[in-house]
Amino acid sequence: MNLFLDGIAWILDPANWTGVGSIPERIGQHLVISAIVLVIASLIALPVGVLVGHTGRGKDLAVMVSGGLRALPTLGALTLFALWLGIGLSAPIIALVILAIPPLLAGAYSGLESVDRRTIDAARAMGMREGQVVGRVELPLSMPIVVGGIRSATLQIIATATLAAYVADFGLGRFIFAGLKTRDYAEMLGGSMLVIILALVVDGCFALTQRLVVPAGVRAARSTELRSRPSRTRAALGRPINEGNQS
Amino acid sequence: MNWLWSNLDLVGELMLVHLALSVPAIILSFVISVPVGWLAHRYRWSRGVLLSLCGLLYAIPSLALFVALPPITGLSLRSPLNLVIALTLYGVAVLVRTAADAFDAVEPDVRQSATAVGYSVAGRFWGVELPLAGPVLVSGLRVVIVSTVSLVTVGAVIGVPSLGILFTDGFQRNIQPEIVTGIVATIALALALDWVCVLIGRLMMPWTRAGAVRRSSFSAPRREAQA
Repeated sequence: MNLFLDGIAWILDPANWTGVGSIPERIGQHLVISAIVLVIASLIALPVGVLVGHTGRGKDLAVMVSGGLRALPTLGALTLFALWLGIGLSAPIIALVILAIPPLLAGAYSGLESVDRRTIDAARAMGMREGQVVGRVELPLSMPIVVGGIRSATLQIIATATLAAYVADFGLGRFIFAGLKTRDYAEMLGGSMLVIILALVVDGCFALTQRLVVPAGVRAARSTELRSRPSRTRAALGRPINEGNQS
Repeated sequence: MNWLWSNLDLVGELMLVHLALSVPAIILSFVISVPVGWLAHRYRWSRGVLLSLCGLLYAIPSLALFVALPPITGLSLRSPLNLVIALTLYGVAVLVRTAADAFDAVEPDVRQSATAVGYSVAGRFWGVELPLAGPVLVSGLRVVIVSTVSLVTVGAVIGVPSLGILFTDGFQRNIQPEIVTGIVATIALALALDWVCVLIGRLMMPWTRAGAVRRSSFSAPRREAQA
């Protein structure tokens, strides 16, 4: 436990809060790069996922791509891109974008897929155009799952951005690698604790967002759903909780 | 290709080391997750607590966890055991949720019938709930296999040898074929373990192969008719 105190002392040391490569600078780099990567990856993966989920076409391909990319070792992708593109930020950014695509894609298509077919039929019967069906029915109803995909993609990006400090000079991972080189465990542990806090805070924000994006209509149905336990689930709610049913 | 041919022994050796790190973590996380997942499924309070804990654990970046564990466990940073513990924790974080969902998906009617025909709580778990939850557990385990085999490589940056040192060494010495070999070998290993897992699943649950895929079925595992 003494080591943890050393780590905390390292974090609180004023010398680490100013100058080049200070804690605020590294946190800023980590967040900015993660945000850039998330935006690029979302622009690529979300429209494709929505299209696949809406039409149901190309689902096998989407599953294969997202499954296959998941098996790709992150460190391998980072080092390979670093050798191809040289030291700098473009290599880690490209590698991070590729690694963030699977959860985004999976969240988007499984979210749209989870919407009850009868709801979509009803929307069409009311005279909605294809775009309106997607924008006003499918997307709002699937939002919690889509945001869930963005949430796991963000966690993946923050984790891999830490590792990316191995090939580029940015982010909180620098503290871990610098400490590793100089055998300074306090710095390594302090850096690790900052990474963990950052990840947990960001994850907490997404957990909150995930609750907020549940459409009011679905939320209104939720309380009765728990009580009446219908045999079928509604869109984007998950299955009713079975607890208390056993005896 | 030249690099690969002259280093075939090294790659084979590293694959074995890689297996020795990932297989214990995968098995341990399965053995721990099934009872914990059942507990999470059984009571509402335990579900909230356990699943939140797993969510937090899963959010922690791997490299940070590798560094943060040794002060808690008293192990050395370069100890393979440290890596196995960290990977087991990640496996548990993923599998507990899957296990809780799998047990939730067992039809209440089936559970009540089992109780009605005289199953004890333990007997019902082994004879009814676990076999019915089996296919979902296997699908969760396959996710854990792929992610664990991939995560083992991260240990290379803190000095735990695995196929990951092909990445660090290839990067430092600028040998692209070495990194590509590492990527291909890691994916191949993940696919091989995945295949073994599916095979074991089929052998242990022969009813999943026959007939249509059940999602929320009432059909209990087929048994030999016995008097």
